[in-house]
Amino acid sequence: MSLSATTAPPSPAPPPPDVAARRRRGSLLNRLDLKYSPYLYIAPFFLIFGIFGLYPMLRTAWMSLHDWDMVGDHTFIGLDNYIELFSDDYFWNALVNTFGMFALSTIPQLLLALFLATLLNRTFLRAKTFFRMAIFVPNVVSVAAVAIVFGMLFQREFGLINWLLSLVGVDQIDWRAHSWSSWTAIATMVNWRWTGYNTLILLAGMQAIPKDLYEAAEIDGAGQWRQFWQITLPMLRPTFLFVVILSTIGGMQLFTEPLLFANGSIIGGNQREYQTLAMYMYEKGIYNLSTAGYGAAVAWAIFMIIVLVSLINFILVRRSAK
Amino acid sequence: MISASQRLWRTSPLTYVALVLAALLSIYPFYYMMVIGTRSLDSINDVPPPMTPGGAFGDNFGRVLDNDAANFLTGMMNSIIVSSVVTISVVLTGSLAGFAFAKLRFRGRNILLLAIIVTMMIPTQMGLIPLWGMMQELGWYDSLYAVIVPFLVTGFGVFMMRQYASQAISDELIEAGRVDGASTFRIYWNIVLPALRPAAAVLGLLTFMENWNSFLWPYAILTPENPTLQVSLSFLSYAYYTDYSQVFAATAIGTLPLVLVFILFGRQIIGGIMEGAVKS
Repeated sequence: MSLSATTAPPSPAPPPPDVAARRRRGSLLNRLDLKYSPYLYIAPFFLIFGIFGLYPMLRTAWMSLHDWDMVGDHTFIGLDNYIELFSDDYFWNALVNTFGMFALSTIPQLLLALFLATLLNRTFLRAKTFFRMAIFVPNVVSVAAVAIVFGMLFQREFGLINWLLSLVGVDQIDWRAHSWSSWTAIATMVNWRWTGYNTLILLAGMQAIPKDLYEAAEIDGAGQWRQFWQITLPMLRPTFLFVVILSTIGGMQLFTEPLLFANGSIIGGNQREYQTLAMYMYEKGIYNLSTAGYGAAVAWAIFMIIVLVSLINFILVRRSAK
Repeated sequence: MISASQRLWRTSPLTYVALVLAALLSIYPFYYMMVIGTRSLDSINDVPPPMTPGGAFGDNFGRVLDNDAANFLTGMMNSIIVSSVVTISVVLTGSLAGFAFAKLRFRGRNILLLAIIVTMMIPTQMGLIPLWGMMQELGWYDSLYAVIVPFLVTGFGVFMMRQYASQAISDELIEAGRVDGASTFRIYWNIVLPALRPAAAVLGLLTFMENWNSFLWPYAILTPENPTLQVSLSFLSYAYYTDYSQVFAATAIGTLPLVLVFILFGRQIIGGIMEGAVKS
């Protein structure tokens, strides 16, 4: 068009002289700022994590290869600590206990969370926020407080749970005296504190599923149950994996609940009925400073177990996709 | 058209029964804490067990305060100091680094971000034993430094702020700041930080709760003379385990602040947790 040919392109207005001068003056500083300030901003994280997170972890590995006394000498012994672990009855006992409590907490907890999340996901539910908050509120309480309250609920002579059981004719149970009963009591604490959290995570996953999938299923005449099996569960798989792995990391490090259930005894019950791996690590590494190297080996064993269990979960969930 | 009441009943009454039951189970232990904490000690052995609050709270909590061995008030003060300092630091360092990862270009950005995500998956107990030794060498055994300094930054904080910053702050906004000649830090302080406020509030609440409730590390590194609240509670619970009403009065008071925070900000906390779940 002739008009545009004759009109000069709009030239940018020249910057006011003072701004231009400031830019020139500051240009070196400016370039340094642009180039290096990002590193400055991320430095605090890497610095503090490096010193108090990464370094201790590597040091755990190094210590585990030694006969290491925290307040004395240390000698390099290669993998001897790990070999000793294999024939250490107390270690196997702690491993069995940890898995027992893990199973009693994770499995019922995730099923219940899945059920509650399905209910909370109903479109026309009233008082949504109230129910969400009520179900989540146990997570706000400290583990120490939970252990104190449930320790009392599971008290032998006048605990509420034994009283309720007596109403249906069950004799007083000494919850702290057997493996199965102490595991149940401790798992109950974990379940109470974490079911609501997992419910919310699963609910968030459910809400991210596209609505038109359900609408299409509705048109095809699929009932609610069928929709749950064919749409909700498969689409929820990544969220479910996330929740399972979080539970695994938490479950393998279980410490406070059993410790307080045992009134602070690090061996967890008279016959170590409910000593967990984390308690055993503490017993060997900090409670007895002279066996810190062995405690470090227990720490790495816990880490490897977590990786292994997470991997198994990952593969199982993956396989169920096919 | 369906009326509101019909809609209500499309959600079956059984759903409500189940949800109300779950809510009651969630809330009952709080109530129980209150019942035992306000009862005199001799009513604990009643059959059936006491179900309603009593009037002995003042007496019970008085015993907590008189208990020289438990240092309850010191624990309370320490917990307030530790949780506040850590929370402020986590929010500031998290938003600063999150801003850098979301909005600034620099070499190695992606690999460093990945490194931070990996740190979030490391079990926290891994370094416990050497960290304990390090604190001895630093002279921080039984000092609040030991429970503050290692926790001043979290990978979760950086990651969460990065996620929020990348969607909440437009590149134009930052460009506009640059054209005005603002330094990067000025842009962070005057433009980015105010825009990050909603996410910073949620991160702050979660961080405060986590540190208020933290147990294993404070238990390992502090003594009963200079405890955090949780360490004081645990000490009370096994040194005075026969005096249930005293222990429960202390537990109720120690739990109360977070319950209040949750009643005030629960909606935001829940929103933050659910959003975080979808993104990761």
